[in-house]
Amino acid sequence: MRSKQKWLGGFAAAIALALAVGPAQAQKKYGPGASDTEIKIGNVNPYSGPASAYGSIGKGIASYWKLVNDLGGINGRKVNFITLDDGYSPPRTVEQVRRLVEQEQVLLVFQSLGTPGNTAIHKYMNARKVPQLFVATGATKWNDPKGHPWTMGWQPNYQAEAKAYAAYIVKNQPKAKIGVLYQNDDYGKDYLKGFRDGLGSRAGSMIVKEVSYEVTDPTVDSQIVTLKGSGADVFFNITTPKFAAQAIRKAHEIGWKPEHFLNNVSSSINAVLKPAGFDASKGIISSLYLKDAADPQWQNDADYKAWLAWMKKYNPDVSLIDAFYVYAYAVSSTLHQVLLQCGDDLTRENVMRQAANLKNIQVPMLLPGVHLHTSPKDFAPIEAIQLGRFDGKRYVEFGDVLGQ
Amino acid sequence: MDAFLLQVLSGLATGGIYASLALAVVMIYKATHVVNFAQGEMAMFSTYLAWQLIQWGMPYWGAFFLTLAISFVGGVAIERIVIRPFESHEAELSVVTVFIGLFLILNSLAGWTWEYTLKSFPSPFPAEAYLGGYLSGHQAGLFAVVLVTLAIVYAFFRFTPLGLAMRAAAENPDSSRLVGIRVGWMLALGWGLAAALGAVAGIMVAPLVFLEPNMMGFVLIYAFAGALLGGIDNPWGAVIGGFAMGVLENIMGVYVVGTELKLTVALVIIIGVLVVKPAGMFGRTVVTRV
Amino acid sequence: MKLDWRIAGLAAAFIAACALPFFVSDYRTFQFTLVMVYAIALLGLNILTGFNGQFTLGHGAFYAIGSYTAAILMAHYDVPYWATLPAAAAVCLLAGFLFGLPALRLEGLFLALATLSLAVAMPSILKWKGIGELTGGVQGLVLTKPDAPFGLPLNQDEWLYFFTLAVAIVMFVLAWNLLRGRVGRAIVAIRDQPIAARAMGINTALYKSVTFGVSAMYAGVAGALGAIAVQFVAPDSFQVGLSFVFLIGAVIGGIYSISGAVFGAAFVLFVPHISEGISRAAPQAIFGAFLIVFMFVMPVGIAGFLRLASAWARRRIQRSSPVRGEAS
Repeated sequence: MRSKQKWLGGFAAAIALALAVGPAQAQKKYGPGASDTEIKIGNVNPYSGPASAYGSIGKGIASYWKLVNDLGGINGRKVNFITLDDGYSPPRTVEQVRRLVEQEQVLLVFQSLGTPGNTAIHKYMNARKVPQLFVATGATKWNDPKGHPWTMGWQPNYQAEAKAYAAYIVKNQPKAKIGVLYQNDDYGKDYLKGFRDGLGSRAGSMIVKEVSYEVTDPTVDSQIVTLKGSGADVFFNITTPKFAAQAIRKAHEIGWKPEHFLNNVSSSINAVLKPAGFDASKGIISSLYLKDAADPQWQNDADYKAWLAWMKKYNPDVSLIDAFYVYAYAVSSTLHQVLLQCGDDLTRENVMRQAANLKNIQVPMLLPGVHLHTSPKDFAPIEAIQLGRFDGKRYVEFGDVLGQ
Repeated sequence: MDAFLLQVLSGLATGGIYASLALAVVMIYKATHVVNFAQGEMAMFSTYLAWQLIQWGMPYWGAFFLTLAISFVGGVAIERIVIRPFESHEAELSVVTVFIGLFLILNSLAGWTWEYTLKSFPSPFPAEAYLGGYLSGHQAGLFAVVLVTLAIVYAFFRFTPLGLAMRAAAENPDSSRLVGIRVGWMLALGWGLAAALGAVAGIMVAPLVFLEPNMMGFVLIYAFAGALLGGIDNPWGAVIGGFAMGVLENIMGVYVVGTELKLTVALVIIIGVLVVKPAGMFGRTVVTRV
Repeated sequence: MKLDWRIAGLAAAFIAACALPFFVSDYRTFQFTLVMVYAIALLGLNILTGFNGQFTLGHGAFYAIGSYTAAILMAHYDVPYWATLPAAAAVCLLAGFLFGLPALRLEGLFLALATLSLAVAMPSILKWKGIGELTGGVQGLVLTKPDAPFGLPLNQDEWLYFFTLAVAIVMFVLAWNLLRGRVGRAIVAIRDQPIAARAMGINTALYKSVTFGVSAMYAGVAGALGAIAVQFVAPDSFQVGLSFVFLIGAVIGGIYSISGAVFGAAFVLFVPHISEGISRAAPQAIFGAFLIVFMFVMPVGIAGFLRLASAWARRRIQRSSPVRGEAS
């Protein structure tokens, strides 16, 4: 008798399901790259060439989608993640993105990396109406819903971060003499602009020295020597990981102890502070929006544990404190959220609509207090800045979360 | 004035990096009269080997000398297998093309094997700094190593019969053969020694600039500039040239052209030296008779 | 007989080239446009290194100068796209000639070193804030692709393809004309027997500098076309790797021939796409391996190989068939 009940129950469930699916089927809408069984996502990353260290992000994203597919996909559809190498060379970015859009017919291009490459495809993506979603650069120009409605950034933009530092300095050290070291390219100059704007009319008087460096320089030791010589007692350090580590170490060696603001790009404990030396790094202030996997305070955090399990299963050869993989996990979770919100309407228009419809969403590995928020007028998902000071082991947060 | 001196000191520290690689460049040039564009990549690859050995638990100096030995053998092998068929060719095209091929293969092999993430490399020298912190312990150690290596290389070429044989083989292969010198093996030996010197350079430099496949790419250009400046067939010249290059680049960068154009300074020096005085400051001028 | 075959072959290739855009997607048309752009650049490299024996690793630098010339004219001065080509050609001809002057004193490996340094330093020169207003600095310049003129029913990709095809044909015919006459023989003589050439009265210094200029001019025209096709220039577009890619294309295509430029261009454009499937690092390693293998096995490149193969085939045919004129 029990089995008959079960069987009836199962039959009823099947009918209910059929009824549920039936009308819904009429609402399925597919753009290029989407179907009943798969969603095609395109990506370009520098796997070779001068920026190849960032290729880890592409690998992290790919392994995230593997996890998703193993768990059943998104609304039953498997993710087909196609990632191509552009060698950080814009002509190649153009070629590869055209291949993704015109030949592979992807639904969207996700996390294309680097400002030059993204600039090169900016017009094309908007002319073709293909989502250029959650680009992997903090340049401010991606938040332009009116002019470029198909492009959206993700991480807090550089200028906003720099402004937060400027505001802090103006409030707490109004008589400071500031020295700036910046990488001589779009990223460095974007930070510098935000910093100067944040200081406003005081920029001229407060900044006593601005020095730049090229990625082709072997070290930045000479620049640090110059900055110390300028008498600066506040240091805004706009460098990528390798040079950040060198700068921190050199400053420590020559006995220069300014109030040290380090750009978020190089805030990683593992990639920067450890090689530079934890002693040398004490007191460094940076802005954070992601949990640092090397920070002991997250050991028992549920998010962290899930991330760690993913790392151990899908990225067994990678260091368990690699910040790129935290970033990849968080940003992929964001796209995951967007695609879930799309439901069965998987057209490019709906993807953008849902991307512009993130209301205070928290995805794994974001700091508590940092949410994703977008609207048709606001294409900057993460605007929160949480300042933290490194105490030799971890960043201790202080102050309120700014910019929300 | 103080600031100027500090920049000079900082330049000397960077110059140490260039000088160490320039020694390998000069070694190869003296032994084979060839400028090896893949020298930097060979040095980088050797450094990765050392890193791997240390990762596997070998103590630093053990890994250091083992890497030197492996690099030596590797250099000899490359010369015998890849370079030899083109040595007799007049056309530099073949030789340079092979170098570029070697460059690309080593670079991508390193990237494929060890990934592109930055790696720290340990330093065997004490961590304290000298001169008020402007010269780190490792940088001082680097100077010492460069000078010791220089002395060894100089003594080798100047005072040993083998060194003399190598110089003869490079200078005048035909006459050397008549005197009984095995020219082919001299060239191979030169490559082996240069590879070993490159390994020393890489291992010394990596703690300062962090280990990654593109570590030596631009350092090589500065090293070439330094070697040419000092005289590409003179070990002393190469070292002095390397240090001079570091100082020059710094001073020009800070006081004259701005930090953006440091590579252009190297470019101008390379072309300038080659056009005006190809022998460099301390090299011997070669006169060709028609 | 030989002449007929070659003309027939060229005609067939021309017809195929004209028909191509109508049979393949826009993306492929774009790719083939880039193949032609690279072919023009490689032709310049072949003239300088293959025919004249001056080894350059700095070809990418002149390509960059051409690209930027076109971009600056289009972005700041509203110059029409077709007019930027002669401008880029002139600028690069001059730049190449000027670089060729000190290069006269450099031989072989040292010339290679000097040109390599030029290629390495070029991105930082392009980024220099002294000319930042003009070049757009690190941000680069964004361009617009032209529409087909006179209301022709072609889209932008197709029009640019035909425009590039026309320019390519002109440049190739120019080179062929140059190289088969006295000038060509002088150029080759300078490569093979420089001292004898000078003794015979050839002004080697002038020829070498001018050849440098001409080679740079080809790179410049290619660069201008490339900038228009990609619609963007930035210092990062012209890293030293570009000069390596040009060398690879020239060597594999056949550096001693004109047709080699086309084979080489196709190789460097399409092979990375094929090898990407194997591994990320593969394209670069494959380039390196091909370079070395070709130097061992086929230094004359694909074009040279085809020439040898067709000569061998012809000899076989002649041997097996009765000699003409003896029909009985």
